[in-house]
Amino acid sequence: MVNVCKCQKEFKERCTQCAAVSWGLTDEGKYYCTSCHNVTERSKEVINTGAIPNTKIQAINRGLKRKRKLERGWDWYVCEGFQHILYQQAEALKTLGVGPELKNEVLHNFWKRYLQKSKQAYCKNPVCRRKVTVLEDNQSHSDWESEPELLSDFSCPSFVESGTESQPDGLAQKPFPISKASQSETASICSGSLDGVEYSLRKEKGIVKMTVPRTLAFCYLSLLWQRETVTLSDLLRFVEEGHIPYINAFQHFPEEMKLYGRDKGIFAIESWPTYEDIYKKMIEMAKFLDLPRFPEITEDCYLHPNILCMKYLMEVNLPDEMNDLTCQVVKMTGVGEVDFLTFDPIAKMAKTVKYDVQAVAVIVVVLKLLFLLDDNLEWSLSNTAEKYNENNKEDKPWFDFRKWYQVMKKSIDEKKQEWEEARAKYLWKSEKPLYHSSIDRAVAFKRREMVVDLQKQFSTLVDSTPTVGRKKPSSFQFNWAEGDVARTCFHGHSLQGILKNKGQSLTTKNSLYWLSTQKFCRRFSDFIKRKRKGRSPGQ
Amino acid sequence: MSDFSEELIRSKTEDDQEESCVLSGTGMYFPWLQKHIDTVETGGKKEKDFAQTTSACLNRIQEALLKHQWPQAAGYMHSYFQILEDSDSHKRQAAPEIIWKLGSEILFYHPKSNMETFNTFADRMKNMGVMNYLKISLQHALYLLHHGMLEDANRNLSRAETWRYGEKSSSQEVLINLVQAYKGLLQYYTWSKKKMELSNLDEDDYAYNTASQTMLNHSWKTSVNLGALIQTPGVWDPFVKSYVEILYQIVPSHKLMLEFHRLLRKSEKKDHHKLGLEVLFGVLDFAGCTKNITAWKYLAKYLRQTLMGNHLAWVQEEWNSRKTWWPSFHFSSFWAKSDWKEDKALACEKALVAGILLGKGCRYFRYICKQDHPVLRKKIRRIRKSVKKHSIVNPGL
Repeated sequence: MVNVCKCQKEFKERCTQCAAVSWGLTDEGKYYCTSCHNVTERSKEVINTGAIPNTKIQAINRGLKRKRKLERGWDWYVCEGFQHILYQQAEALKTLGVGPELKNEVLHNFWKRYLQKSKQAYCKNPVCRRKVTVLEDNQSHSDWESEPELLSDFSCPSFVESGTESQPDGLAQKPFPISKASQSETASICSGSLDGVEYSLRKEKGIVKMTVPRTLAFCYLSLLWQRETVTLSDLLRFVEEGHIPYINAFQHFPEEMKLYGRDKGIFAIESWPTYEDIYKKMIEMAKFLDLPRFPEITEDCYLHPNILCMKYLMEVNLPDEMNDLTCQVVKMTGVGEVDFLTFDPIAKMAKTVKYDVQAVAVIVVVLKLLFLLDDNLEWSLSNTAEKYNENNKEDKPWFDFRKWYQVMKKSIDEKKQEWEEARAKYLWKSEKPLYHSSIDRAVAFKRREMVVDLQKQFSTLVDSTPTVGRKKPSSFQFNWAEGDVARTCFHGHSLQGILKNKGQSLTTKNSLYWLSTQKFCRRFSDFIKRKRKGRSPGQ
Repeated sequence: MSDFSEELIRSKTEDDQEESCVLSGTGMYFPWLQKHIDTVETGGKKEKDFAQTTSACLNRIQEALLKHQWPQAAGYMHSYFQILEDSDSHKRQAAPEIIWKLGSEILFYHPKSNMETFNTFADRMKNMGVMNYLKISLQHALYLLHHGMLEDANRNLSRAETWRYGEKSSSQEVLINLVQAYKGLLQYYTWSKKKMELSNLDEDDYAYNTASQTMLNHSWKTSVNLGALIQTPGVWDPFVKSYVEILYQIVPSHKLMLEFHRLLRKSEKKDHHKLGLEVLFGVLDFAGCTKNITAWKYLAKYLRQTLMGNHLAWVQEEWNSRKTWWPSFHFSSFWAKSDWKEDKALACEKALVAGILLGKGCRYFRYICKQDHPVLRKKIRRIRKSVKKHSIVNPGL
């Protein structure tokens, strides 16, 4: 488990008047004894996982001078928004079958750690508060000056499922900003969140600023920590299929968390997450969070190339017999070693293996070992297989590369078409329009109304054939079944035609690997030789 | 590039069998490079997936339209509407027009669509943004015309005609003119229909008077519309023809008639050529034009042309109603003397016409021929020859 620095202290002193240990908070945030109502001078420092009841928050807020807002609602900070998104994503992962510890413990702790490291909470003098005191009217807030203010752990909604007090039906509780960030008075720069404007301008050296794509980095880090059976490409695919909130995740914020102005630039995403990007962000975040070496990826883990190769071989309809070869390649190249596979952010060259990509690469290597893939051998081997299969219909069929290619290509093309169509038809905009300022608010709403009207009109003209609803989430994009006449399943096919006996074991009939269509450049080979000897070229 | 070459070198040093290794192929494959090339257009910024969605969607709409797959097109259209909320303001502003063009096409052909759907759509699109109102109104009107809904089209155009939007009006002037033009055209069409009805009525019919009166009123209204329009520079040919036709009915001597004649002359239709002759004679029926040298020049030339084209009948038809009064109106000896004194060129042209129509014996012709003039001697000789050749009095002589 991650060792999060616990800056949390509970106020456990005995009351000076009645000796009870039962404390509550006054409207001003000072501790008072609930049995004798003695108010202390001790202010709340850091609170632990107990949430502050809603009524308390409202009481606290009542005294605050409220700046003019475009919409009535709660006060909320940007990082609370991100917390909500992470919460939604964790829930979604749970629905997909991931263990609950990911949500309750792993992700939650990573997030708390992030808040701490980015100085937004769980520390003295958090950012939100800090930037404010300079600008605020001291008079009205003299009480708060001394307080090392901070946000609660936003059990808003709580990550922890069990054992929480006051969580009225798990809905977002308003965590308080007992202070508020200043906002520009001009109508043109505003935000629904308290610190939206400031957040978008914030540029702190050494701090990784939270963004919507980074929520996926968090998700993946948690999945990796738990060694769940979800690769990064799976995660991104689930996002695109709509099983994990991402694009308009803010739409599920509680009604009272109003979003507009600068918030739009922070939370409204108009691009799909890409593998490379999330991968880089994941490493960056792990380093920023100062995470230790992750739990080890051993041979029985899903992410181990042996297992992943098996999965992918099944998925792309290749013979089970190839498993043997993939394992051998993994062994030979050393990519199955625990140290190679386990993610260690603090290692000198912090990297994590792209498990999915690597597994597929191994399969490609095996195909190359078997078939050379020089656009020649694979077809002649196919001819051999075809001939054998024609004459030996009763036996286990030999794997015919050409046939496999035809079957697979067709399926992939169909899938690709579906994917392209879904992307072309994807509706990006949220149901409730986002606007930049009070000026364009009316326009934004009008536009949305127009779009909805037009869509309604044209939807009556669309084909009545029911479109396939949202796909049920699955780890496998392709499924093959033995005995399906329409779509040949190659799992049980034999590699006999392309292997030969070599003593006790089998080896590939093909003995080449590199494509020898050109001779190796002499100059280049000399260059390499010199480099190896430690001399610079030209010497 | 440095990363790539480093990696390449690194792997080589780890490989003990480097001698047996060969590099494959000729080219190097950089799949990621294309994406960077694509960003040159956007100034280095990668295109958002939202933009990719909308452009892919647009392609599919267009494809579906080409293949006449109206329901599919409607389906993609449904997704395409989100471009109206594009954060890119250029795309957002260009959107209504594109949507109108594609949407109207779909609604025009889709089997489940009807007039009501189309009209609702048109009205919606008109009011989207200020600058699209006129264009869409115009196209909407044309659509209604196509379906024979003349009154609706007229109403549409009338509404559009009164559109103004402050300073933006000036940029939309061209469109306003077009709106007026089509409105005028509609009126011309209605007028033309009325004229036809009128011609079917007997002159003695009690309804004739009222009908002709309304027609006259209508004519004036229309001509005023079109007249104002033609003042603006531009190519208004189709409208001019209608305008002039109306005017020819109500004001045959209008100076536009000459223009009209020219147009008719240039036309390829025989009917137009005949009308051209009529128009010309019509112009010279009026006192105000008797001294119009262009008209006489045209008539002279055209008479020759017509006779050479073997259309003697046309000329005779026109002359029949005029031979009783034109000679004293145009070709009296008084006029001969007066014209020669005032404008010798005019006199020459008139002489030619007179000669053709009245023969070489007519007074006007004889007088001009007798005149001796150093410059015009040659011309007069030519006139003599022409008359000899073409005169309808003694054809062939």
